[in-house]
Amino acid sequence: MFVKKYLNKIIEGLLLISSTVTTITVLLIVFFLFREGSSLFNEVPIEGENIILLNSSNKVDHLSVENIKDIFDQKITHWNELGGKNDSIILFSLNNFKSYFSEEELGANYEHLSYKIDSLIQVNPAIIAVISKNYYTNNKNSKIIPINKISLSDFIFGKGWFPTSNPAIQVGALPLILGTLMVSLLAILIALPIGLATAIYMAEVANSKMRNVLKPVIELLAGIPSVVYGFFGLIVIVPAIQSWFGLPVGETALAGSLILAIMALPTIITVSEDAIRNTPRSVKEASLALGATRWQTIVRVTLPYSLSGISAAAILGIGRAIGETMAVLMVTGNAAVIPTSIFEPVRTIPATIAAELGEAPHGGIHYKALFGLGCVLFIITLVINLWVEAISRKRRYK
Amino acid sequence: MGISDRKKLAENLAFWTFRMLSFSVIALLFTILGFILYNGLSVISWDFITKMPEDGMTKGGIYPAIIGTLCLIGGSIIVAFPIGIMSGIYINEYTKKGFFRNFIQLMTANLSGIPSIVFGLFGMSLFVNQLGFGDSILAGSLTLGLLVLPIVIRTTEESLKAIDNSFRYASLALGASKLQTIARVTLPMALPNIITGLILSIGRVSGETAPILFTVAAYFLPKLPTSVFDQVMALPYHLYVISTSGTNITESRAMAYGTAVVLILIVLILNLVASALRKYLINKHKIN
Repeated sequence: MFVKKYLNKIIEGLLLISSTVTTITVLLIVFFLFREGSSLFNEVPIEGENIILLNSSNKVDHLSVENIKDIFDQKITHWNELGGKNDSIILFSLNNFKSYFSEEELGANYEHLSYKIDSLIQVNPAIIAVISKNYYTNNKNSKIIPINKISLSDFIFGKGWFPTSNPAIQVGALPLILGTLMVSLLAILIALPIGLATAIYMAEVANSKMRNVLKPVIELLAGIPSVVYGFFGLIVIVPAIQSWFGLPVGETALAGSLILAIMALPTIITVSEDAIRNTPRSVKEASLALGATRWQTIVRVTLPYSLSGISAAAILGIGRAIGETMAVLMVTGNAAVIPTSIFEPVRTIPATIAAELGEAPHGGIHYKALFGLGCVLFIITLVINLWVEAISRKRRYK
Repeated sequence: MGISDRKKLAENLAFWTFRMLSFSVIALLFTILGFILYNGLSVISWDFITKMPEDGMTKGGIYPAIIGTLCLIGGSIIVAFPIGIMSGIYINEYTKKGFFRNFIQLMTANLSGIPSIVFGLFGMSLFVNQLGFGDSILAGSLTLGLLVLPIVIRTTEESLKAIDNSFRYASLALGASKLQTIARVTLPMALPNIITGLILSIGRVSGETAPILFTVAAYFLPKLPTSVFDQVMALPYHLYVISTSGTNITESRAMAYGTAVVLILIVLILNLVASALRKYLINKHKIN
């Protein structure tokens, strides 16, 4: 008897522990995601351990990361564009130092490199040099351009996503955030009318036979893996969009939205059907008894009554669409620019993570920026979940 | 035309539109399934299922990907089912309405809303790097297991909730303990519904790609795993690879169709089994 009582206690303890696993998992996800993501803001957006040097006579004292990138991409070629003298900019980096110095000059172990770089900067007033901190000798000939650490607003509102460019790295997530929102919202605009109509049909119009056909159809739509949707989109929808609209490429925001619309349908239909079905019979019968037709009852009574549930369905659908990875990755063309039209390639947050994490060196800025994107995604979906939960809780207590 | 005629017309028009839109949803499903099955069924053969990929994945079969996916299904079942069922039992049978239950349910809902790619990041950070499992079946199964855990919990919870309290009271009145009541009365009654839900969650595991990208999936690995610390190929990742970034996309198209068919057949069969089981059990209960 004693042993049995003990055993009971153990089993009940195990049950209790199991019930806390989801909470622990959520906390662990938050911890690991934000630990990697927040370390992005300790980084200076310059590749490696490098610093940027100018000749000390140069009038330019500050350069933004965008400026540095433009200089090394040779979009800015003269210092007067940045407020300096009208000199053509000379680029120097450790990638091309061998074209300036011979092997003998540098010594067997490059022991003269620091000195050589220093004198090079001294004789070239228009030079910009990217060198490793190790080769920097503090003197009056050169000055270091101060570069700030990546800030939260650089990350969220930055317009350029160039995580692998050299020497200046840009990790502006704005194009990705806007791309994600555009593709998802358009998807819901397409899916909501169809989904809502199907939900009303299933809940109010269809006989049980039709319902028995529709239910497994919707379950199957929900069950098809996203990569299969992506494959279908790639082979059918992308070429179709390309030829219908006469576009250079079919991998566009529109293709992503169409696929996401199909994928969001099951969520929208099941949640809003549930909401419509929860309208009390008495309310509907009161309307019918007053001489309203079934259609009038649906429009004036049932839909207003279930509005909060339907909005929950739409929000939940958006949440699913925002987080969807593979299908979007396969059909949207993945151009990390701020979207201007639905007929252009875009890139979403999940697609970026999936496409780039494999190539990002562990612990680098790129890697941390991708975890930062994961944090953004996590926060967006968490807000959506809590919102939906609040809506449905209000309904429950009504 | 009288007012009631016009009302009737509006109603008919609206209902007809709804019917057509509903049919378009059905048509959509059959278009997608039909298109892939039509193009891919001819690829399916015994060799396709039992051979290694050859010639830069343009010929041969998908045997290692099938085995890999089976390993991941098995692994995530071990992770998610016991914990999920126990958790569902605790929430429905032990907690009362109030803060604790609300909190756990909220956390479960939050977990189920987290995008699968975030699970991938998390799995890579915790299991692959922090715990040092590397890209392995273990890391992939743990990630996928946590992904389906909320589904398992909710299924168990809902199935238990559907059982009338009179059964519980009857058992308790006969002197059974709470745990005995759960083990002998409540759980056996709820089990059919739970199993149906579990079968559907297996479908989810077999098709997920994003969580396994950085935790287990191998681009090309023509051998079978020998331990849980091995990498494997997996069907959904294989389909992604050969349809987007393979060495020769046009030549591997047939293989891609074939892989898509296998994935769809897994989902179809699991759904059929689940709905057949549901029907059988409903009928059985009617007779009783």
